[in-house]
Amino acid sequence: MDSIAWMAWTLPTAIFFTMIALMLAIMTWLAIAYPEVERVGVLRIPTTRGDRLFVSLIVTAVVHLLWIGLIGTDTIATLPIGEEGIEISSLWLAPVISLGLAVVIFRTA
Amino acid sequence: MEKTVNQKAWFLVLPVFLVVAFSAIIPLMTVVNYSLQDTFGNNQFFWNGVGWFKELLDPSTDLGGRFFASLWRNLFFSFVILAIEVPLGIVIALSMPRQGWQVAACLVILALPLLIPWNVVGTIWQIFGRPDIGLLGYALNSIGINYNYVSNEFDAWVTVIVMDVWHWTSLVALLCYAGLKSIPDAYYQAAQIDGASRWAVFTAIQLPKMNRVLLIAVLLRFMDSFMIYTEPFVVTGGGPGNSTTFISIELVKIALGQFDLGKAAAMSLVYNLIILIVCWVFYTVMTNAGAGRRVKEGAK
Repeated sequence: MDSIAWMAWTLPTAIFFTMIALMLAIMTWLAIAYPEVERVGVLRIPTTRGDRLFVSLIVTAVVHLLWIGLIGTDTIATLPIGEEGIEISSLWLAPVISLGLAVVIFRTA
Repeated sequence: MEKTVNQKAWFLVLPVFLVVAFSAIIPLMTVVNYSLQDTFGNNQFFWNGVGWFKELLDPSTDLGGRFFASLWRNLFFSFVILAIEVPLGIVIALSMPRQGWQVAACLVILALPLLIPWNVVGTIWQIFGRPDIGLLGYALNSIGINYNYVSNEFDAWVTVIVMDVWHWTSLVALLCYAGLKSIPDAYYQAAQIDGASRWAVFTAIQLPKMNRVLLIAVLLRFMDSFMIYTEPFVVTGGGPGNSTTFISIELVKIALGQFDLGKAAAMSLVYNLIILIVCWVFYTVMTNAGAGRRVKEGAK
C-alpha cells in the first residue's frame, strides 16, 4: 500500500470512485445490450443515454456545491445509534434532490 | 452492406485509455482525495469532510474571498479580450487580400505571434513596457503619459490585455479568414446583381457563413483566457497587489506557495467543474448549430 500512499485514499472517496466505475460499467453493458437511441427532449437537443447521465452528474455536482454554499451543512437530525448518536447533516438532502433531478433528466431530456 | 460486429476493435483503444489514466484520471482522483483532507506534509492526511468546500464557497472567509475575487477578475478579463479580439479578428480577416503573393505574406505575419511560447511573450512585454529601458514604457512616459505597470493597477490591466490581444487576435483572424475563403463566389455575384451594400453583404452572407468558425474561436479564446497563467505571471506576477491575480495564479499560490493542498484541491475541482460546464454548453451549441442547419437545408 505504500506505493499509493501519495494518493491519500480514504474510504468515502474509494466508495465514490467505485460507484462511478460501476456506473460506467453498467452504462457500457446497457449500450451493448440495448443500443443507445438519440431523442430530442425538453432540452431541445438530441441526447443519448450517456448524454443524460453526463448532464445528471454535472447537475449533481452543481446541486451539492450550491447546497454547501447557500444552505450549509447544519445537523438536522441525530440517529439514536451508539452513545453519542450519529448526526445527520442537511447536506444529505442534496443527493436526494440530485437523484430526483436525475430521474427527471432521464425521463424528459 | 451489413457491418460486421467485431467488438475486439475496442482493445485498440486500450493504449489511449492507459495513457489518459496515467496522465489525467489518477491525478484527478488524487485531487478529489486531497480536497476532503488536510495535510502538514510528510504524506500524513487528516479527514476534513466538506470543510474546504464550505470555506471556498463562503466569500467572507479568506479562501472564499480570494476564490471569488480571482474568479470575477478572470471572467472580466475573458470578457474584455473576447470583446476586443473577435471584432478585431473579423476586421483583419475581411481586409486581408484574397489572392496573390500577399496572401502568403499576410498569413506568415499573422501566424508569427502564435508561434511564440507564452513565457517568451510575457518576457517580451515585460521588457517592452518597462518605463526605464522598454520601448513602449519609455515612449509613453516621454510623451507625458505616466505609465507604469508595476505600480498602477490600470496600467497593469492594459498591459496584460494588450499583450493577449497581440498574441491571440491572429488566431481569430486566421479562423475567420478560413471561414471567408469557404464562401463560394456565387453568393457575392448574387449580392452584386441585387445591388447589396457592403454592410448587407457582411451581415447577410459573410457573418452567417462564419458563425461556426466564430464559435470555435470564441470557445478557444474563452478557455485559453480562463486558464491564463504564464503571461500575467511573467509580466506582473499577479500584481500590483492582487489586481491581476487570475484564478490559476491564485490556485498555484495556494497549492505550491502555501502548500495548502486541501484548499487548492477544492478550488481546482470547482474551477474544473466551471470549465466542464462551459465546454459542454459550447460543444452542444456548436454541434447542434451545424446539425440544425443541415436539417434546414435538407428540407429545402
